[in-house]
Amino acid sequence: MSLVKDATVLADERNIVRPVAQKRRGRRDNLAGYLFLSPWLAGFLLLTAGPMIASIYYAFTDYNLFAAPKWIGLDNFTAMFDDPRWQKSVQVTLKYVVIGTPLKLLLALGVALLLNQSRRGQGLYRAAFYAPSLIGASVSVGFVWRAIFSDNAVVDKGLGSLGLNLGGWIGDPDLILYSLVALTVWQFGAPMVIFLAGLKQVPRELYEAAAVDGAGPLRRFWNITLPMISPVLFFNVLLESIHSFQIFGSAYVVSNTFCGPADSTLVYTCYLYQKGFQQSQMGFASAMAWMLLLAVALVTAVLFWSQKKWVHYEEDAK
Amino acid sequence: MTALTPELKSAANPRRRTGSVVWHLFSLAVLCVVLYPVVWVIGAAFKPGKKIVGSLDLFPADPILDNVRGLADGIAGISIGTFFTNSLFYAGMAVVGVVISSSLTAYAFAKIPFRGRNLLFALMIGTLLLPYHVLLIPQYVMFQKLELINTYVPLLAGKFLATEAFFVFLMVQFMRGLPRELDEAARLDGCGHLRIYWSIVLPLCRPALITSAIFTFINAWNDFMGPLIYLNEPSKYTVSLGLMMFRDQQGISDYGGQIAMAMTALIPVIAFFMAFQRYLIDGMATSGLK
Repeated sequence: MSLVKDATVLADERNIVRPVAQKRRGRRDNLAGYLFLSPWLAGFLLLTAGPMIASIYYAFTDYNLFAAPKWIGLDNFTAMFDDPRWQKSVQVTLKYVVIGTPLKLLLALGVALLLNQSRRGQGLYRAAFYAPSLIGASVSVGFVWRAIFSDNAVVDKGLGSLGLNLGGWIGDPDLILYSLVALTVWQFGAPMVIFLAGLKQVPRELYEAAAVDGAGPLRRFWNITLPMISPVLFFNVLLESIHSFQIFGSAYVVSNTFCGPADSTLVYTCYLYQKGFQQSQMGFASAMAWMLLLAVALVTAVLFWSQKKWVHYEEDAK
Repeated sequence: MTALTPELKSAANPRRRTGSVVWHLFSLAVLCVVLYPVVWVIGAAFKPGKKIVGSLDLFPADPILDNVRGLADGIAGISIGTFFTNSLFYAGMAVVGVVISSSLTAYAFAKIPFRGRNLLFALMIGTLLLPYHVLLIPQYVMFQKLELINTYVPLLAGKFLATEAFFVFLMVQFMRGLPRELDEAARLDGCGHLRIYWSIVLPLCRPALITSAIFTFINAWNDFMGPLIYLNEPSKYTVSLGLMMFRDQQGISDYGGQIAMAMTALIPVIAFFMAFQRYLIDGMATSGLK
């Protein structure tokens, strides 16, 4: 579409309409386009498309990396559904995603609304709140988390002084997952920055008009702010949920043993890693990876489908 | 309540002042919680190992240097410097790879009207949502057959082949925003695409290139899964793996050494952030606005 448009615009600007020259130029553009694209094309074929196809194949085989893959049909999938540890890993991951993502986004939106009132120091706060998003995934922060959520450590004593004697979260199978939730919520800065950028684009006239009409702050938020930032909200919900399905490093480091007490932090990718790289069951692990892809695709599809109902793009308004 | 919508100018003056005080108190409270773990790790690195978990003081009354000094001994005969050099190499090469390959790709998508562009662009965006774990096992099998395990090739191949779709997307957005007249004029003067890319588009894209470079550096510095899977010789370990090995050697509950090393590993990231935070935050912000 834009190809045709670009070509005609150019031809007009040069004030020459010579189909031959245009055609030659089109051919040169094709060549140049694919030359510039060659690193990406090679990467796409060798590191993305090829491996994806191989992965489908492995999912239907028994493959230990040393002997040739042996076709076993759906056996990996049936074994997977019957595997209690697989079920546990699905449960743990869903719990993490369903609790962590909304909390993180709510906090991100709340703080973005706070920061959006331009006052002195806003830039400084924005930068400081964003910092955890850059270091949160590191092994270092995993160590810190393990220390501050241990028995008798800061969190334990802090909650104890409020009358909540929970003990250390790290050793408690019911609580350790919440330390990972806390770790992801702590990184609310990245979606917050995106919310802030969205909030800055809401025209002030809308609020002024609504105030004249007597709409209170809550109404203004519900009827103006929320619809106006819904595309940004959509983007954040999509990216954050997809990312949290794939949590690996923090779970590995904070629980130290991959899975925590009684498999309480056996997140999906940690189990996948155990199956593939510790037990050399590459076929089973590939089948697991495809289930993860399906889950992510399902979430994406549902979000895109629901988008019509709650996301307002500016083109619609005009 | 007023936090829900931007304060309107018409609000009475005294109300604005109390609002301002409340705003600052609130922001400061959030700031304290957010920065607590970062400040904590600095203080903890100078506490005696046994006191790190239980002590509530942010900074020790009598700081000790044993933990930090202990780092000089290295781990299992490997000096800490080796891990830092390895990480620097990995992160540095990743930056070179991502900046070159992503900017070439982005130029093609943003500036060259070639056949099939829309389809390939859609595929590229699609890979943004693809979970990496689907590619993990077949890629490992491939690199194993090529006998490239325990080298940095598997970690860097994707960076040099523009598989980091986020950065390609960021640069495409930026290049589309550049005035068309510039490259049109250059084309009329007979410049080829390579010339336009190198002398016009790249210099104008500096902000997007810097944003991508810093994000790439930090991501590679923090990367844990890649090195964990592909590197198996301690002398090739990055800082992330070095940290884990350190903890395994010293025991999980001996916090002295591990916290000191954790603090050291955070320094480059925090330094980068302080120097370039504007680029990072603006880059992040535009990614959500299309």
